[in-house]
Amino acid sequence: MAFYILKRLLAIIPTLFGVAVLIFLLLRVVPGDVVEARYMGEGGQFQSQELMQLERKKLGLDQPLWKQFTTWMAGLARLDFGISMWTGAPITEEIKLRFALSLQLALMASTIATLLAIPLGILAAIKQDTWVDYAVRVFSIAGLAMPSFWLGILMILGMLIIFKWLPPMVFTPLWVNPWENLAQLIWPALAVGYRYSAVSTRMMRSAMLEVLREDYIRTARAKGLWLKLILSRHALKNAILPVLTIISLEFAFLLGGLVVTEQVFNLNGLGMLFVEGIARRDYTLTQALVMLVATFFLTVNFVVDIAYAWLDPRIRYR
Amino acid sequence: MAKLLQVNHLRTTFATSTGLVRAVDGVSWDVEEGETVALVGESGCGKSVSALSIMRLIAPPAGRIESGEIFFKGRDLLRLSDEEMREVRGSEIAMVFQEPMTSLNPVLTVGRQLTEGMEIHYRTQPAAARARALKLLEMVGISDPERRLPQYPHHFSGGMRQRIMIAMALACNPQLILADEPTTALDVTIQAQILELMRNLSRELGVAMLIITHNLGVVARYADRVNVMYAGRIIEQATAAELYANPRHPYTLGLLHSVPRLDEPRRARLDPIEGQPPDLTRLPPGCAFQPRCKYRVERCVEAPPLVPLDAAGHCAACWEAANIASASRVTA
Repeated sequence: MAFYILKRLLAIIPTLFGVAVLIFLLLRVVPGDVVEARYMGEGGQFQSQELMQLERKKLGLDQPLWKQFTTWMAGLARLDFGISMWTGAPITEEIKLRFALSLQLALMASTIATLLAIPLGILAAIKQDTWVDYAVRVFSIAGLAMPSFWLGILMILGMLIIFKWLPPMVFTPLWVNPWENLAQLIWPALAVGYRYSAVSTRMMRSAMLEVLREDYIRTARAKGLWLKLILSRHALKNAILPVLTIISLEFAFLLGGLVVTEQVFNLNGLGMLFVEGIARRDYTLTQALVMLVATFFLTVNFVVDIAYAWLDPRIRYR
Repeated sequence: MAKLLQVNHLRTTFATSTGLVRAVDGVSWDVEEGETVALVGESGCGKSVSALSIMRLIAPPAGRIESGEIFFKGRDLLRLSDEEMREVRGSEIAMVFQEPMTSLNPVLTVGRQLTEGMEIHYRTQPAAARARALKLLEMVGISDPERRLPQYPHHFSGGMRQRIMIAMALACNPQLILADEPTTALDVTIQAQILELMRNLSRELGVAMLIITHNLGVVARYADRVNVMYAGRIIEQATAAELYANPRHPYTLGLLHSVPRLDEPRRARLDPIEGQPPDLTRLPPGCAFQPRCKYRVERCVEAPPLVPLDAAGHCAACWEAANIASASRVTA
């Protein structure tokens, strides 16, 4: 097991390097740079070329690509993301609060999705082809059909019209005022969590149905076990694996992918920062964000791999 | 001896897209205490469905026990509530399945699967259940049980897994074990070991057994009494010795002739039963075996009842049973 974990852990490094090369090149293939983005005058007029060259020199954009890359890599190796090309502030400072917000939102939304998906999926499977099954199906497909930002707008309007109340619109970190923080984040978390529960609910249902047809479930029933025990001990542990994959990949995606929902709820999360970074051609910031999200993704994947091995003993010995 | 299990006119049906299938069509048979009874027949003749009906594990909504009675120790299992039936399963009647490779849960340790039945039926404390599990593994011939208990099914070979299945079945001291083709999925050499093991254990512990098989060799060695099934019905009932010496139904005769025998000349031709097992959705009128039968007479379009042929309880469902008796003596 220890060897397995080490092997999976070491595989992360080359992947991250690949991501670094790719994002570095991709950003520079896009026309324009941060200097042009900043000094683009009204009506498309440029400032003087000299000024722009000076600016580029200050930011190190005049150096050859390989040099820029190695400088960046050297920084990364020291966990130093550098400074934002647009604001000039250290990137760690720029990201810190937004990362906290996005991580918390992703965690809350995933928790809600999981809490919806697993019980509903199991329920639909054991009540297959009854009204319960159909109700769950309608509920989850409705979730899939409604974009979460639209659901978010409906929520805000509903609260405003019915309760004459608006959730707080300014972000308060959890450690400053948990109550204020939750009052703001619970709504987007619900909207997003509901939407992302749909796929996992369907997956839970079909995986459960498949497992319930297995011979070992019949064996468990022949032993006279309670239905609850058959479901929780014998079926769930086998059926949960594909659901786990989906939930964790969604979770990793939610960290940086909630651009529109963040807009609706006036949240300054990583999604918004991403869009701004790209629009401003803020190479250093965008690169840092991509590396952050990629690391997060790989970490989640790693944890899922370990969880797989823990849940299914057959994997451990491969 | 008292009747432990008495099945009366059991009928189990399955709704399929091509119509209602009577997988088990009004069969009656019994098992006495400590006795080994065999249910023999081709694939799809209703043997396994009979066993699953006793356990009430027929999958709804397609499968349904339509009518009949299943008396176990005087109680009709078909009249028990679901909860009462759950208490019977595993503790009084246990089952060993055909596929040892898929019948054990791959993600739970063998120990877990051995002890959970005891913990549920008898509220056995974990330590005591573990001790019993070790004892059971030893009984079924698994060496080094201490090391084996925390292992998972994929660490065991097919034969070993079937031993574990047997240990699981014995865990709660049941009075009856239903063994559904317990050796079909195993190598021939292992088959004999498993059957010996089951016979010895059933004798030692006084457990009655129902062995479901298509293998007449198994029947001859291990069963006291035999029920031969064809197309959902029992067509012949006798003690194992009597059935071999004096088969009275053409189908039984056919089965016996299609088994190679060591006491015959080596190049003697096997005599297979012509034709295919019947399609249960389109059974011929009368005797279901008549299209394949060498002894067919005009009366076969009426279904023959299962009637006793002698005082010892040898029964056959064939109009020509009397003539077959002489025929089989000639060929045997």
